[in-house]
Order: sequence, then C-alpha cells, then structure tokens
Amino acid sequence: MLAKRIIPCLDVHEGRVVKGTNFIHLRDAGDPVELAALYDKEGADELVFLDISASSEGRNTMVEVVRRTAEEVFIPFTIGGGLRTIEDIRKMLRAGADKVSLNTAAVQNPQLIEEGAYAFGSQCIVVAIDARQVAYSHGRWEVYIHGGRTPTGIDVLEWAQRAEKLGAGEILLTSMDRDGTKEGYDNELNKMISQAVSIPLIASGGVGNLQHMAEGLTDGQADAVLAASIFHYREYSIKEVKDYLAREGIPVRPVEGRSSMFEVR
Amino acid sequence: MIGIVDYGRGNLRSVEKALEKLGYEAKIMISPTEIKDVQGIILPGVGAFADAMDSLDKGNWIKPLQEYVQTGKPFLGICLGMQLLFEIGEEHGEHPGLGFIPGRVVKFPPGLKIPHMGWNTLDVRNPEKICADIPGGAHFYFVHSYYVQPLASDWIAATSEYGLEFPAVVGQDNVWGAQFHPEKSSPWGLVMLNNFGKWVNNQ
Repeated sequence: MLAKRIIPCLDVHEGRVVKGTNFIHLRDAGDPVELAALYDKEGADELVFLDISASSEGRNTMVEVVRRTAEEVFIPFTIGGGLRTIEDIRKMLRAGADKVSLNTAAVQNPQLIEEGAYAFGSQCIVVAIDARQVAYSHGRWEVYIHGGRTPTGIDVLEWAQRAEKLGAGEILLTSMDRDGTKEGYDNELNKMISQAVSIPLIASGGVGNLQHMAEGLTDGQADAVLAASIFHYREYSIKEVKDYLAREGIPVRPVEGRSSMFEVR
Repeated sequence: MIGIVDYGRGNLRSVEKALEKLGYEAKIMISPTEIKDVQGIILPGVGAFADAMDSLDKGNWIKPLQEYVQTGKPFLGICLGMQLLFEIGEEHGEHPGLGFIPGRVVKFPPGLKIPHMGWNTLDVRNPEKICADIPGGAHFYFVHSYYVQPLASDWIAATSEYGLEFPAVVGQDNVWGAQFHPEKSSPWGLVMLNNFGKWVNNQ
C-alpha cells in the first residue's frame, strides 16, 4: 500500500540551516548535509531544502550542499528557492537533486514548468504555492510570491490546476496564514486543492503537534506532510510521528531498525 | 566494475554514489565502447519512453546493449530503464523498446493520482538475485505513470499494488529490472543494490 510521506524541510541560508517563523525571523541551526543524513537515518521519506540565500555566492554554495547530500543521503530530495531558468534546474539535478521546487519564477514565467517537465520529466518538477486566504471571502485563497511578500491577485485553485496542466508532477502548498503558528495545517485549503488536481499534494505551514500531521493527511487529503521546526528543534522525532500515524490507521513506511545497511556485505 | 549507462536521462550520480557507498567500483559510461570494461550494467532513466529510446539510439547504445545481454553478464534496469527492457511501450503511442523481455508497458487506469509517487511495499515472489533477503512489506520509492506487463508471469519477481497489482521487480537469468528507485530507497534499496554488486563480483 502506498504510504503517506513525512517530509522534513530545511531552510538553508548561505549553506547553513535556519528556520523562519512567518518567513521573517531566522535562527541558525547547523550543517544541512549532516541534518539531512540524520533525517534519512531516522526514517524521513523525503527531504526538501529551501535555499533562502539572497546572493549568487549563496546559490553556488547550495549546489555544493546538493553534491555533498547526494553522497550521503539515499532518499529523494528536492531543492527549491531562487531557481529561475532551465539552466538553474539542470545544475541542481546534475548535482544530484531528485526534484526542484519552483515558486516565484513559475508564477512570473509559467512556461518554466512546461519546459522543465519537457526537459527533465514531470516527476522532478514540484510547483510550490504560498497561499493566503482572501479577507472576508469563503473558500478563496490568493497566490503570494517573493517568499510571501508580494500578492499576485492569482487564485490558488486556478494556479494549481494550471500548474498541473503545464506539467507539474506535484504541488507543495504552504498556508501563509498558518505558517509558524503551530495551529495546524489549513485543511480546508488542502482538501480543496487535493480534490482539484490529480497529482500528489504536499501540505505545509502550521503543524504544531502529531494530531495536526494526521489531520493534514485525512481532513486535508494530502499525500504528504511537510514540517520544519517540530523536527528541527526535536519536539518530535520522525519515529514518533510515524508511530502515531500508524496507530491512527494511516499507512506510513515504518522506521526500520536500520543499523548497518552499509555493512551487509 | 559496474557501468551506468549515461544517455542523457536520469539521476546517474545517485546510482553511482550508492554503489560507491556500498564499496563497489562504479563508473558512468558515456560511450558504448566502455561496455567491454565492465562486468555489470545498470540502465537508469526517467522521462518518456520514446524519448529515451531515441536517446539510446542516437548514442549507438542499442546494439551493444543487446550484445552485452547475450553474454549472460548481470544487467539491471531501473525505473524507465526497466520499462525500456520490454518490447513495446504505450506512452504517447506505441513505440518499440529494447525487447529483452516479451511484453508491454501500459498506463495505470484512470481514477488514480498519477504519477504513482512515494513509498510502496513489495510482495516478493522470487527471492533470488537482487530480491535476496528482501522481507515482505519492505518499502521502496516509486515514481512512474506506466507499469510493465510481461507476457509470461514467471518474469515477475516481486509485485506492488496501486489501484491494481503490478510487477515491481522483473527478472530471469541475467536480465533484471526494478520499477522503483533502489538508490533512493534506503535502507532496503541499498540491500538490493548490494545484492546486484555481489552478483557482479561473483561472476
């Protein structure tokens, strides 16, 4: 049976891991490759690196992070943040990333989704959407870009469907209303998008406890849940999350007693 | 030495690094002339069936790979690389594959989220070669929209389920294929690559 995926997200700035709260406040917390290998060992199903470097040096550092990660981590990982061209995508995939996540650049140039899917396959093109509920509306969300700073006037539902049509293989949907609040995923939003597209949906933004994880996968109908701070600050281990979800009857890949896979010979 | 076929498709570096991590010598082959230096071949691949066959053709890989398989040396196809081993692919019309395995590559029925993406379990039918020591229920990472249908069921070494039961590992003699990505399926995928490496070394 296909398992629901648990995906830790690592925000990376100039080659170091940080985690933003509401996209603004940052705290430094370590080497991304070390942390990625730890999450792999602990049973994470996938990893997302979000590069929040502003400079081109920072971006080049990220390529090096990807190269080192590919040598240590044997689960799929996605790179997002600042990728604007086919050449940017190619560089990350060649360095060893399995997928790239496109956000602002995809909104500004939707053809990038199409070209990326054509050149590298839909399976490696994730479209990330930052969504904020439109004030005084029922069931309408607006797409934001530039790390959540710029409203676009674009409807989230329409954008998700268009992204799928252009060749996106997956949607990573972040609720800006919930991000950093620890109040739980916006499952009204997640459910709406999950039902509107036929590609997998990753829910993001707002998870604060184990029940929130379960709700994202059941009420929100997400195929995967993404979380940063609760893993990052060791509030919960991957194993605790998976044990809880399994008890709730949600299919997960159990965390193996994975002591010595490199010594099996 | 294990050779990984580079025909411009797929995440070759991951396969190479996983084999190296397990202690095997691996190299990415950019030309069919390198086949003579290797004792095992891995054909990786992501993307569309016809494009991939086209790339193999342009790189002059098809005949040398067919000749290699005749020698009886270990051969492993991964993901699209497994699908290419079949006679016919039905992705965007019918296209001929390498034809090592009689059968076709067909699309999942409607009503499912496509691609089939994520970790799914195996039911091992033939615990040999790459499937040795793989317990029932072990999870592997899949990303695909099409699945293989061998003409003869004895090609099916393991199955998985997504809307329907489909072959997840196929293999007979020296030709094997995995629909999932063993190089991305730590820990059991690495056990599987290790099985392949041991098999190559025992030649």
